Amino acid sequence: MRLAERPTGTAAPGTRTGPLLRVQDLSVSFATGSGRLRAVDGVSFDVGAGETVAVLGESGSGKSVTAQTVMGLLPRPAGRIDGGSVSFDGVDLLDRPDSYTRALCGTDIAMIFQDPLSSLNPVFRVGTQIGETLRRRRGVSRRKAREHAIEMMHRVGIPAPEKRVDDYPHQFSGGMRQRVMIAMALSMNPRLVIADEPTTALDVTVQAQIMSLLADLQREEGMALVLITHDLGVVADVADRAILMYAGRVVETGPIREVYDHGAHPYSVGLMGSLPTGDQDRLTPITGAPPDLRQLPTGCSFHPRCAFATDRCRTEEPVLRPAPDRPQAHLTACHHAEEVLADGIR
Amino acid sequence: MTGGTELIETVAAPMADAVPERVRRGRGWGPRIWIPLVVVAFYVLAAIFGPMIVTFDPVATDTANRLLPPLSHRDDGSLVLFGTDQVGQDLLAQTMQGARVSMLVGVATLLLAGFIGVVVGVVSGYFGRWADAVLMRVADIQLTFPGILLAILIAAVIGQSVLNVVLILAISGWVTFARVTRGQVLATKNREYVDATRTLGASNWHIIRTCILPACTAPILVIATLDIGSVILAEAALSFLGLGTPASTPSWGVTIANGRNLLSSAWWVSTIPGICLAILVVSFGILGDALRDRFDPKMKGI
Repeated sequence: MRLAERPTGTAAPGTRTGPLLRVQDLSVSFATGSGRLRAVDGVSFDVGAGETVAVLGESGSGKSVTAQTVMGLLPRPAGRIDGGSVSFDGVDLLDRPDSYTRALCGTDIAMIFQDPLSSLNPVFRVGTQIGETLRRRRGVSRRKAREHAIEMMHRVGIPAPEKRVDDYPHQFSGGMRQRVMIAMALSMNPRLVIADEPTTALDVTVQAQIMSLLADLQREEGMALVLITHDLGVVADVADRAILMYAGRVVETGPIREVYDHGAHPYSVGLMGSLPTGDQDRLTPITGAPPDLRQLPTGCSFHPRCAFATDRCRTEEPVLRPAPDRPQAHLTACHHAEEVLADGIR
Repeated sequence: MTGGTELIETVAAPMADAVPERVRRGRGWGPRIWIPLVVVAFYVLAAIFGPMIVTFDPVATDTANRLLPPLSHRDDGSLVLFGTDQVGQDLLAQTMQGARVSMLVGVATLLLAGFIGVVVGVVSGYFGRWADAVLMRVADIQLTFPGILLAILIAAVIGQSVLNVVLILAISGWVTFARVTRGQVLATKNREYVDATRTLGASNWHIIRTCILPACTAPILVIATLDIGSVILAEAALSFLGLGTPASTPSWGVTIANGRNLLSSAWWVSTIPGICLAILVVSFGILGDALRDRFDPKMKGI
């Protein structure tokens, strides 16, 4: 917890080469009553400094487990990292002891959780909780920490922070609580913020406010932001890039408009089709249910729900490849990407 | 951060004032809490100040005034409220001195047992694995012995003194604390705010101090209140059997034992400290029950 333990060379953003966070070939499995299940299977992605990346996928697609692994929060011994690496600033966190990740947490990497009520300590005042990190990590005095907490609360748009700094979490509304959570996460100016479903537990009207707050803060701070969500709508205007996960694998990745408008994987096309757009009478759901991770289908795990599925899909597992005739950054893991794209244009 | 804030400001500002009203609701201290609390407070005051007012001398004898019934007068005209025993000692002084010893033993035992129990519970609940397995098996083994039997065994080995009584009772009392703490730790350690604290770089010790222990205080307080009655009772039982406090420090158990042979002729020697003991134990019991309902409404009626 001492300052001296802060392990990274504090290179100014931009002078470093390579991405800020690089997840490579990460595989994580969990022990369950009926055998091990592979929650994350060979996931790779990069997050550059100052970039906003949306990790999308339905429940059980492995997006939260990926975040937990990065933060060193994987429940042990049930959860196990089977392979791959998670590098922050070029240092593989999985190689280092937990204490290394702990020392990075707060100062370099921070996390925002889904349910802001259960992620705030119910027995302490919010001001204490926001200032606590600073007091612990930087040895700031109690009074300074309180001033800092008020300033942070002001920045995240909590009205009358001078009064509310001494309130307890349960005295705040859901949206305000999430703002407190954001204030806590950002109080040390981290370079990477991972937000795990930050708006899922909130009202629809509040969701947009929190999203735009995160986007504004991201612009001001220049931090990298990873938005994990199953709600494609809320991140559309905020994220630069999208990573789509299905059954523990990345199925499509690329600039967010590319993925949204020119989906090259049947799953992402299906997800877009299930969104209300206003000019259609009924929504088109994806048929079937998410696969049981203990008994994944052979080949492409999406094939039982896919209209394009052929025998090849049932036997051969697709790997990420550039989407045909699309910008280079757009990758898809589908044998029939050409047909999917052609179908989308129609 | 402009548009959104203004919108919220108008909504949230009046709410900020209204919230504390809502929070205060349902936090009353009903008669089930304050009546036993008053009784306990009375005992505490009597135990602290009583022996200062009515001094008790364990070796003084006044055979001329032996076995006086309650509310009678000595030769010199002074009132003996609770009567006198077989050597003419004032039972009121003896009872208040006994209250002092009994409550001191009770509180000291709970502090010691609570400390051991909380440490064991936190270690086994938070760190788990082999520490959990070993500590909880030790607790299981401990529970297979009847408490009083274990206490008698240890007392017979290490001898009589107030400190030894505390040790003996703490050894047989820590398991409850350990189990309750462990359960609470297990329930708390996977809560999201613990993870959130961890993602801000907190050490295990910091998490235990700020997240785990505060969550344990309410159940531990309830257990302590429920337990103190039985600890006082156990101390009296040990003393009654001659294995507790030495005769020179008269706890209630010693006084009750002294009057045992006189029950047919001088009932008050045993009965009055017995009644005092019963009232205190019952008060603690009711208080503990009420506190449990107050802090853990889900357990109500169990």
